Amino acid sequence: MFAGMLPILLGVILLTGLILEVLPVDKVSGWFGKNVLLDSVVGATFGSISAGHPLTSYVLGGELLTQGISLVAVTALLVSWVTVGSIQFPAEAIMLGRRFALYRNLICFIFSILIAVLTVATMKLFA
Amino acid sequence: MTNKGVVFLFIVIGLYILTLLIEAEIALNALTFSGKLLYQILPVLLLIFVLIFVSNLLIKPDWVRVNVGKGSGLRGWIVAVIGGILSVGPIYVWYALLKDLQAKGMRTALIAAFLYNRGIKLPLLPLMIHYFGGIYTLILAIYMTLFSLLSGILLEKILERRGTL
Repeated sequence: MFAGMLPILLGVILLTGLILEVLPVDKVSGWFGKNVLLDSVVGATFGSISAGHPLTSYVLGGELLTQGISLVAVTALLVSWVTVGSIQFPAEAIMLGRRFALYRNLICFIFSILIAVLTVATMKLFA
Repeated sequence: MTNKGVVFLFIVIGLYILTLLIEAEIALNALTFSGKLLYQILPVLLLIFVLIFVSNLLIKPDWVRVNVGKGSGLRGWIVAVIGGILSVGPIYVWYALLKDLQAKGMRTALIAAFLYNRGIKLPLLPLMIHYFGGIYTLILAIYMTLFSLLSGILLEKILERRGTL
């Protein structure tokens, strides 16, 4: 089992390195506009294709907030960053099944936006 | 599974060769980063290896059926949620153990809930509180835990309808 997993693991690690090198994390603020709903989708999409340490998403999220990006969009980014795994998708599909991986990631993507909206709405109750 | 894994690895190597031809610096930087990443996750890989070894020795299908199987009920959800939150390292190193438990009868909904709860990073909570505040962090963690259960239930229902389970 473990030996069979090694090429998949090595593939994901190499792919993570390549994506992180190609993806312009520092230029991501330019992707956002002022539409909260659209920004949430952009945030969730960016979080989904990112593979760095969650700490990076906190720093990035904090920076986006100071640039005026909505908390809903930033939350969608934070949640999808840790729940959706586009780069790990091939490994997940091989190990746990293609449909499992496809539907799980789709559900997580939609949930990241839902959670973002609910979190911010609940925050307003405490404000 | 091994063949698919080797094909996947070769595709990634192909991407590296392509990148090397287009812009060698990107490929070399990516390779350096990947090497560091591999070095960082080696302890977790060792942990997973030990866990798989122990699970093959000790965890029998009966244990899986009672604790995380179809009839595990509330106990199964608790094991999946706490297990997901406490698990460390990158998500992909856990696939092998979950595949192993899946083969022994672990419920699909619980695998999904386990993977979702990996999004709650206990050691990083103080940093999240620092960046976004305590109330925000608490609310987000509660919603993520609740939605982990929903994601498991929903995924299981979809796969059942599609005839995958």
